[in-house]
Amino acid sequence: MPDERIPFATHADHTVLGADEIVLNMGPQHPSTHGVLRVKLRLDGEKVIGSECVIGYLHRGVEKIAEHRSYTQFAPYVDRMDYVAAVSNGLGYCETVEKLLGAEAPPRARVIRTILTELQRIASHLFWLGTHALDIGALTPLFYCLREREEILKIFEKYCGARLTTHAFRIGGLQYEAYDEFEKEIERFCTPFDKRVDEYESLLTQNRIWVGRTKGIGILTAKEAIDYGASGPVLRGSGVKWDIRKAMPYAAYDQYKFEIPVGKNGDTYDRYLVRMEEMRQSRLICLQAIENIPAGPIMGKVGKVLKPPPGEVYHAIEAPKGELGYYIVSDGTTQPYRVRIRPPSLINLEAFDKMIRGHLVADVVAIIGTLDIVLGEVDR
Amino acid sequence: MANDPEDKQPSASSPSEPPAPKTPAAGGEPVSKPPAPPAAAAKPPAAPAAPKPPAPPKEGPVALDNDLVKRYKEKFGPAILEAWTDRKQAILVVTRELLREIALYSRDDEKFDWLSDLTAVDWPKREKRFDIVLNMYSFEKNERLRLKAYATEDERVPSVQGVWSTANWMEREVYDMFGVVFEGHPDLRRILLPDEWQGHPLRKDYDILKQDTAWVRENLGIESGQ
Repeated sequence: MPDERIPFATHADHTVLGADEIVLNMGPQHPSTHGVLRVKLRLDGEKVIGSECVIGYLHRGVEKIAEHRSYTQFAPYVDRMDYVAAVSNGLGYCETVEKLLGAEAPPRARVIRTILTELQRIASHLFWLGTHALDIGALTPLFYCLREREEILKIFEKYCGARLTTHAFRIGGLQYEAYDEFEKEIERFCTPFDKRVDEYESLLTQNRIWVGRTKGIGILTAKEAIDYGASGPVLRGSGVKWDIRKAMPYAAYDQYKFEIPVGKNGDTYDRYLVRMEEMRQSRLICLQAIENIPAGPIMGKVGKVLKPPPGEVYHAIEAPKGELGYYIVSDGTTQPYRVRIRPPSLINLEAFDKMIRGHLVADVVAIIGTLDIVLGEVDR
Repeated sequence: MANDPEDKQPSASSPSEPPAPKTPAAGGEPVSKPPAPPAAAAKPPAAPAAPKPPAPPKEGPVALDNDLVKRYKEKFGPAILEAWTDRKQAILVVTRELLREIALYSRDDEKFDWLSDLTAVDWPKREKRFDIVLNMYSFEKNERLRLKAYATEDERVPSVQGVWSTANWMEREVYDMFGVVFEGHPDLRRILLPDEWQGHPLRKDYDILKQDTAWVRENLGIESGQ
């Protein structure tokens, strides 16, 4: 195995191959890379001994665009980063700007935000589960997962008119009041949902092929996960019990009881179990929240023209994929001076090379799947 | 955003500024005043800031001098240039040369063992135009700390890749977008833009409509990517 410290594709290095080694290119047009990820693999037989991710195919310069839009105008753009979890992106952005302004959303808005964000977490995890299982060869779960995800998207559509890039929240609160049957519909979705998760588990958890393809694959120890800056289910799968919803509560998370599931071995199977349990916990949060949505206004006191005082703020939320951080610098004008987005997908993907070394080519898709990346967010 | 945004930023003089009543903010009370009536009434609070630059911002930085800062100062002395909090978040400005050592100390002794983000901000009119910004988190203390170092266009910044492996891609992105060179980085190449691209788009003097036309023509076979 080559020296770990030398990145595989430093230009001098990858022209010198051992007698049995080849370089295999995967992507950017490959169905299991979930978008346009290109991976260069260095193989010894069927074993991967080095890899390099080539990213940037979807780079749109979101951070540059932010500097040329007002705070309000930029809000819809963040939905286009992690487009399977747009609500979470919006929550992170709105809360960061609120912090910058020194404003706060009213309690009713915070609870509705929490409910929608947790539904989005379920939707994102369902989409992950379906495609991850599909990559590994199990076709059936995809249909079940998309069936349930569709119900969530219908709730979003009824709430704000959009299914994917929802722009559900506004800086300072919400634009739309919850519709008449809001609580009822969420209850109708959540009540049987734990049975549904059991159903997915009955297809996979003890399935011998699934276990064989995921157990012991892509191991990341707790120490490595921290070193590589991993967050979200990737970090928790390695046994680090850390969730921003608990550690630094935002929205209305401090009011609800829920558990943080953690893994033991840090392999693909553990990360799978962590996400399955997270769906159940999100369901519990939703059920607790709809019981008591406080009355009151949904929009806090922020003006129409937002001019945050000069200064800077870093605020992070627990997005379905991990820590989604916004670092916004204000110069006192109506446009942000600098918006830095810390995308969980990008940082989690960085550990890919560490995880794949020593495994087979077939495990590449398992590891890409378990990292749960969205290229719109990786490339921004 | 055109007129002198730099001047309003916390600069060397910031710790001496009177502490603004920023902290709890009482659910949007200070905010409601400036922007509530649209453009016309929003003017007055902003107006004093423009003509006299050193005017203290309404909700800005407050000098910080707690145990944490004392420990850093004890260890590194003059290398800790400034310390303040902004929206309750602690910020330490350190000299560029010792950035790696200070990062290592933060990780091992102060237990800021998780680097959540590394980025840069461009202030072209300042003497040292780039702020290198590190956001760290400590699992043990459940706290965040922000390190900052200033660099000019030609100065190299010590890489913290050896301290946190995750800094590898973050530094590559800063190099890609700002052109900041990190000393000691094992693989400093562009990450999001094509390797042959000319220019660094997140610099303030790089116009939003600008592109590397030669690259676009050669590789895409079209006159413009817009």
